[in-house]
Amino acid sequence: MSNEILKKTKLAPQVYDFIIKNEEIAKRAKPGQFVVVRIREKGERIPLTIADTYENSFRMVVRAVGKTTYELCMMEEGQHLSDIAGPLGNPSEIDYFGDVMLIGGGVGIATLLPIAKELKRFNNRLHVILGGRNKDYVIMLEEFENLCDELIITTDDGSMGIKGVVTDGMDLVMKNTKINIAWAVGPTIMMKFCSIKAKELGIEKIWVSLNPIMIDGTGMCGACRVTVDGKMKFACVDGPEFDGEKVDWDELLKRLSQYRDEEEISFGKFKEQVGDLSWL
Amino acid sequence: MALKPPAKKVRMKEQEPQERIHNFFEVALGYSEREAMEEAKRCLQCVHHPCVSGCPVGIDIPGFIKKIKENRFYEAVKILKYYNNLPAVCGRVCPQETQCEAKCVVGKIPGSEPVAIGRLERFVADWEAVNVKDNQIELPENKNKKVAVIGSGPAGLTAAADLAKQGYVVDVFEALHKPGGVLVYGIPEFRLPKSIVDREIAYIKSLSVRILVNTPVGRAVTVEELLQNYDAIFIGVGAGTPKFMNIPGTNLNGVYSANEFLTRVNLMKAYLFPEFDTPIRKGKKVVVVGGGNVAMDAARSALRLGAQEVTVIYRRTEQEMPARKEEYFHAVEEGVHFRWLTQPIEYLGDEKGTLIGVRCITMELGEPDKTGRRKPIPIEDSDFVIEADTVVEAIGTDANRFLLNQFKGLSINKWGYIVADEQTGATTLKKVFAGGDIVTGAATVIEAMGAGKKAAYWIGKYLEGEFNPWK
Ligand SMILES: Cc1cc2nc3c(=O)[nH]c(=O)nc-3n(C[C@H](O)[C@H](O)[C@H](O)COP(=O)(O)OP(=O)(O)OC[C@H]3O[C@@H](n4cnc5c(N)ncnc54)[C@H](O)[C@@H]3O)c2cc1C
Ligand SMILES: Cc1cc2nc3c(=O)[nH]c(=O)nc-3n(C[C@H](O)[C@H](O)[C@H](O)COP(=O)(O)OP(=O)(O)OC[C@H]3O[C@@H](n4cnc5c(N)ncnc54)[C@H](O)[C@@H]3O)c2cc1C
Ligand code: SF4
Ligand code: FES
Repeated sequence: MSNEILKKTKLAPQVYDFIIKNEEIAKRAKPGQFVVVRIREKGERIPLTIADTYENSFRMVVRAVGKTTYELCMMEEGQHLSDIAGPLGNPSEIDYFGDVMLIGGGVGIATLLPIAKELKRFNNRLHVILGGRNKDYVIMLEEFENLCDELIITTDDGSMGIKGVVTDGMDLVMKNTKINIAWAVGPTIMMKFCSIKAKELGIEKIWVSLNPIMIDGTGMCGACRVTVDGKMKFACVDGPEFDGEKVDWDELLKRLSQYRDEEEISFGKFKEQVGDLSWL
Repeated sequence: MALKPPAKKVRMKEQEPQERIHNFFEVALGYSEREAMEEAKRCLQCVHHPCVSGCPVGIDIPGFIKKIKENRFYEAVKILKYYNNLPAVCGRVCPQETQCEAKCVVGKIPGSEPVAIGRLERFVADWEAVNVKDNQIELPENKNKKVAVIGSGPAGLTAAADLAKQGYVVDVFEALHKPGGVLVYGIPEFRLPKSIVDREIAYIKSLSVRILVNTPVGRAVTVEELLQNYDAIFIGVGAGTPKFMNIPGTNLNGVYSANEFLTRVNLMKAYLFPEFDTPIRKGKKVVVVGGGNVAMDAARSALRLGAQEVTVIYRRTEQEMPARKEEYFHAVEEGVHFRWLTQPIEYLGDEKGTLIGVRCITMELGEPDKTGRRKPIPIEDSDFVIEADTVVEAIGTDANRFLLNQFKGLSINKWGYIVADEQTGATTLKKVFAGGDIVTGAATVIEAMGAGKKAAYWIGKYLEGEFNPWK
């Protein structure tokens, strides 16, 4: 288990695609699962989705948002991550459903990819909506083009596809096709609005992949607790995928901001050390 | 033998309360060689040595104490380690007052304290670390049979070490990035320095035990694989799932399970943030709910993180509190407040979802329940609010869930714990043994070690073909 960075590619500003050597995870991972990574001895444990697997390695796509993800994105090929635990979480519940809608935003697009591939393997017709701030952030486009039966791109500024948000794309798909099941993966706020939209549109179920703060990722601390259908669930062992129409979104959004002050201190100190990061 | 021993234990030096609440260094400082020999003299070397029957791993207590008295520390080490694979840990965290020391004859003399067996055990283990450089361990011939141990807490580590000493190939699977279980993520540095846990784990590794970290069984390897690839399995995964009271406001920012709070502090070293990356809320007014060791550890950790006020609220009274007396006194000395007969009923938050207070209700004690403790009953209309920006719930843990349902045929009791034979640790599933908190529910380090030790013995018998309860 070497955890060596075999390959690193820039996909978009602050978004990097990694191939990490780890035979065990390569062998066992299923779509929808994640790993918990600690990049060095004094580091924190952060969850990242397994975006693909190869013979002896796996893929993860990381967006730099704070200290640890910036530091990770600055690491080079040949370096090693000190710890990777996984695969963790429940695999996605995949079957033949017919027409399936898939919605991805930001790095959520990477999380969506293995799910999409598996759905395709089950012969589903894929109606995919990918959203980003502008065209630079609509990542992995080619990979999706090869997979899906319908592809809609939305950007906030209209630099690619439709000017608008992913929920506009949902309306479009529903005009022509009846969809009973959907997956939405992306920023929490996006998944919240996709879930509301899905309900409006009469989609029976929309799976979302929740991203609360985690520590162990194995069910022993409850940091990742969320309320689903009025009940407490631990996203790392009961999820991370849940029925979006049943999630208490506002609670999750508030819990995600729990350490904002500390994160700023830590990131501030880091920036002082490494200087300008706008190139990343 | 005619002389009566001195009535009191030789005092152990401690950091002063005013100083220690500002750091995470160990509170108790241990005996010097001279102090240890002094204390060892208090032992009467009883022929019937009742102390030994109070020790769950049956250490030859008068034996090692005699060697200390004679200034033959290295021999004391050998005796101790024959029975106990983690003596520096046990000497620090065992509740000796209810175990070996409770049985000690000297303690029965009116006005006299028992022999300080725990402190002496700790002395010997710490002496070894300083004075014995490379301890050559002779291992028996490799028996070419493989045992998988799931979980690297005290139960798993003990089982692994004893099996290795019998000549088996042992692989320990651990979900976290560090082995040790509660010893690394639960019990704080100021009671049990992590360097000591590391040292004891290095010893276990030196017995050729392989520890595979970052490997949660049930996810990273499957149970079928283990059943296929190993001749026997020992499950020692502990009771690591936090319970929540589930009162309104549980998911406000600032409400922690003790497991999360202590894992951040101990395993992730959040008290050294931002040198270490994991953050923790440094509350000004902290409320800890519960009355066990875990509550004491959380309260004292919060104090050291810089809280102005830490209040432990417990629904019964001081008499019923399950925490070790010594640690309760330490907490009182350090300035932790206690509110007895108090139960939280709601957490109050602001519009941002941040905790600002705890609504509590006052209790009174009713009739004794099955455990013999008087049952707390809420008094109507007695509720009041305590201001708080951090709450730590330390109300106990449940069985670790995600692994057990993968063992088909493994019997689980109504609390979710594994059914295992008390004598042998054998479960209902062929070649699978279990021990520690996952069998008993949250208990003690030494009981977990005792269970690991017994299971290792019977696993050996099973692998030799001399024991088979599954025929
Ligand atoms: C199951 C799961 C899978 C994930 N998969 C991926 C992935 O494949 N690729 C990827 O780039 N990220 C993924 N994330 C999110 C990733 O874990 C966080 O971005 C990371 O922990 C941030 O760490 P940091 O120290 O860099 O930033 P921090 O300093 O911790 O945070 C910086 C900012 O990011 C926000 N943030 C913190 N934690 C999270 C979180 N868990 N999710 C979203 N925002 C957060 C905070 O609000 C804060 O403002 C996943 C999260 C979960 C729970
Ligand atoms: C805060 C705190 C303070 C305490 N203080 C004391 C004290 O002073 N004295 C005392 O005697 N006792 C004390 N205890 C109790 C004592 O620590 C426990 O009884 C003891 O650790 C139980 O040992 P164990 O080996 O059964 O389990 P644990 O120590 O819980 O170890 C279990 C290990 O298994 C791992 N694991 C779980 N699931 C899996 C899986 N699927 N795959 C791989 N690994 C897995 C866990 O990560 C963990 O490392 C305390 C407990 C706590 C929480
Ligand atoms: S009972 Fe007390 S005095 Fe007697 S042997 Fe044990 S430790 Fe010594
Ligand atoms: S991250 Fe600790 S329980 Fe989920």
